[in-house]
Amino acid sequence: MKKYDVVTTISYPKKGAMGKTGSWRVFKPILDKDKCIKCLRCWIFCPEGTIIRKKDDSVEIDYEYCKGCGVCANVCPVKAIVMEREAEI
Amino acid sequence: MRVIIDTGNYISAKAAQMAKPDVVAAYPITPQTTIVEGIAKYVEDGEFSGEYICVESEHSAMSACIGASAAGARTFTATSAHGLLLMHEMLHWAALARLPIVMVNVNRAIGPGWSIWADENDSVAQRDTGWLQFYCSSNQEIFDTIIQAYRLAEHKDVQLPVMVSYDGFILSHTSMPVQIPEQNEIDDFILKRVPQWKLDVDNPVTHGNIIMPKDYPSIRRAMQDAQEKALELIPEITEEWRKRFGTYHGDLVECYRCDDAEFILIAVGALGAESKVAIDELREKGRRVGLARLRVFRPFPKQAVVELAKKADLIVLDRNISVGMEGAFFSEVKAALYGSSDAKVYGYIAGLGGKDVTYKDIEAMCEKVMDGKYKGYEWYDLEGE
Amino acid sequence: MAIKDMSLEEIVLSGNAACPGCPSTMGLRIVFKALGKKTILVIPACCTSVIESLYPYTSFDVPVLNIAFEAAAAAASGVVSALRMQGREDINVVVWAGDGGTYDIGIQAMSGAFERNTNFLYICYNNQIYSNTGIQRSGATPYAAWTTTTVGGKREFSKDMGAIVRAHNIPYAATATVSYPEDLFRKVMKAKSIKGPKYIEILAPCPPGWRFSMDKTVEMGKLAVETGIWPLYEYENDKMAFNGKSKLIFEGKIERKPVEEWLKLQGRFSNLFKPQRDEERLRRIQEYVDHMWERFKQCRD
Repeated sequence: MKKYDVVTTISYPKKGAMGKTGSWRVFKPILDKDKCIKCLRCWIFCPEGTIIRKKDDSVEIDYEYCKGCGVCANVCPVKAIVMEREAEI
Repeated sequence: MRVIIDTGNYISAKAAQMAKPDVVAAYPITPQTTIVEGIAKYVEDGEFSGEYICVESEHSAMSACIGASAAGARTFTATSAHGLLLMHEMLHWAALARLPIVMVNVNRAIGPGWSIWADENDSVAQRDTGWLQFYCSSNQEIFDTIIQAYRLAEHKDVQLPVMVSYDGFILSHTSMPVQIPEQNEIDDFILKRVPQWKLDVDNPVTHGNIIMPKDYPSIRRAMQDAQEKALELIPEITEEWRKRFGTYHGDLVECYRCDDAEFILIAVGALGAESKVAIDELREKGRRVGLARLRVFRPFPKQAVVELAKKADLIVLDRNISVGMEGAFFSEVKAALYGSSDAKVYGYIAGLGGKDVTYKDIEAMCEKVMDGKYKGYEWYDLEGE
Repeated sequence: MAIKDMSLEEIVLSGNAACPGCPSTMGLRIVFKALGKKTILVIPACCTSVIESLYPYTSFDVPVLNIAFEAAAAAASGVVSALRMQGREDINVVVWAGDGGTYDIGIQAMSGAFERNTNFLYICYNNQIYSNTGIQRSGATPYAAWTTTTVGGKREFSKDMGAIVRAHNIPYAATATVSYPEDLFRKVMKAKSIKGPKYIEILAPCPPGWRFSMDKTVEMGKLAVETGIWPLYEYENDKMAFNGKSKLIFEGKIERKPVEEWLKLQGRFSNLFKPQRDEERLRRIQEYVDHMWERFKQCRD
């Protein structure tokens, strides 16, 4: 990554530019791998890119950044993802 | 080197062609129109190497220049009056983005009513946009300043856009002989643009996203530093030009018969040229008066003005009015002197909306001051007075 | 292309400033699976200019030029010209603008760029409001929708932007929604392969703006298509072709669902149902949808 010297609003790509957005969550997606049929609908619809797609098309959830919107649970055709309330802090 | 005789606008088009911008984006407006026509002719004749975007508004002209410049291109545009005002938002954008766009502005009065004649209020109203501003007094100076503007804007320590202004019709549509260097000489002088940042798929950055209060002031401060650097660079660039090509119009200021002057007239643009005739006449009469024609409004040549005030009292002529205050140059000259000089500063507003100001008028204004008849800030020759 | 065949590359990075359930990032992820990294984005003021996150960092892994609200298509014109001068016509230049920046303040620059035959892709993600400023009406806001500037419901219908765009006779224009990723992906691929101005408008159901639960973004887009209020089509070489469920609707193979099914799930239309049903306005909206499809059929005939 080349950095520029000139002073203007130049911003550089960074994962977590707004911090660990997983802390925004109220509900948490829980994946049941046994139910998953690897259709990847959760992966393509996730607005955050926090459904991690593996080589074999199985998926994992990146809880560090998942904001807990619940879209994945809603689009899952086999209900392999359910939303659970985060533990009280 | 050859000499051509042409109008200020066609000379602008010639300079733009020889500066070899990659992208020109422009929209026609009187009295700038013959510039875009001139460039269109070069395009049609295969004598223009860049892309010419005929946009649908001046706002888009400046936006397209910003897009092109951000992608690494050298850019040119030209406008006037209402076109410049429509661009206003994007003028700020270009400067804050540190893009070395060069633009010609043909000074014209602002409506209503529709006035197409010379008046500095259009460009003076862009004072705070971060653009460097030059004012020219001859077609040779127009050519030289446009070329020099690229060298200055693209200097790695400047990286700010430059506006080159001159009076509508008085210069834009008047033919004068102009010395034109060879293309290779221009190429050698301007150098190639080296973008200091750009939209680059191999090095992706985001330009212009949200910036918090703690970071914003340093962006502004860097622009101020760049303008101050330009104050040092302008005399170097004009001097280098003089050595290479022989023409010279002053650096920040052009001084004319200022030695031993008790009064120095400060004027801008074509009024500056007219003032030289007035100074000659007054000198004939034995009056100790000289002329300092300000070539640069931004960065404001504060130190140069302080030096003038060490020698003489100052008379400032403004073809603009900051309504509710006074002429912009009058204000700025006084601000430059505050705390550094006891010189008296007299001011006149003259020539708004293209109202003719002859050397006789200028002589009369100077004599009124020199004869102790000046009664306070004055609008010269208002209709009905 | 099947979802499985789409790229794993992520251009919009996690941990950005988007609201949960955001249709903009949802759409961008799909769009970039088609566009790839050789893309320059031009973004006017809109939600996405916030989603990028705060200086000196960005959540976008392609070059982005933020530009004034009304200036995106003009700035893109400049980028396109500069790239052509550099011999880099392999790079996609894409405007990503909201409906405010497209239907309203940016329409002039967009029209100019289309007329000049600029080689770029203009994508409008249409959430039918000025959402970035806190949900105000735009030229794309539907009739009867609550916004903070149409407190009793908007009194006018939205502009027919599709017709306005088609009137420029550009080589490709299409509608899409985030709810059908294969359809959106295919349309972006198609647009990418065509030289000249391309326009894709993506219906972007906005949870806070439309007042629905943030897990329902996909559902809301689907219902818009199934009720016919958001037809999916492609306009290419002067020909309209409907896609997906809209094609089935157009061909009479399935019935449109009543538009009410879409309306009743959104809090912004609650004034149509509470305290009592507003039959008059509900009828007008259904008629609006019916007329739209009538017009489509007349065009075919």
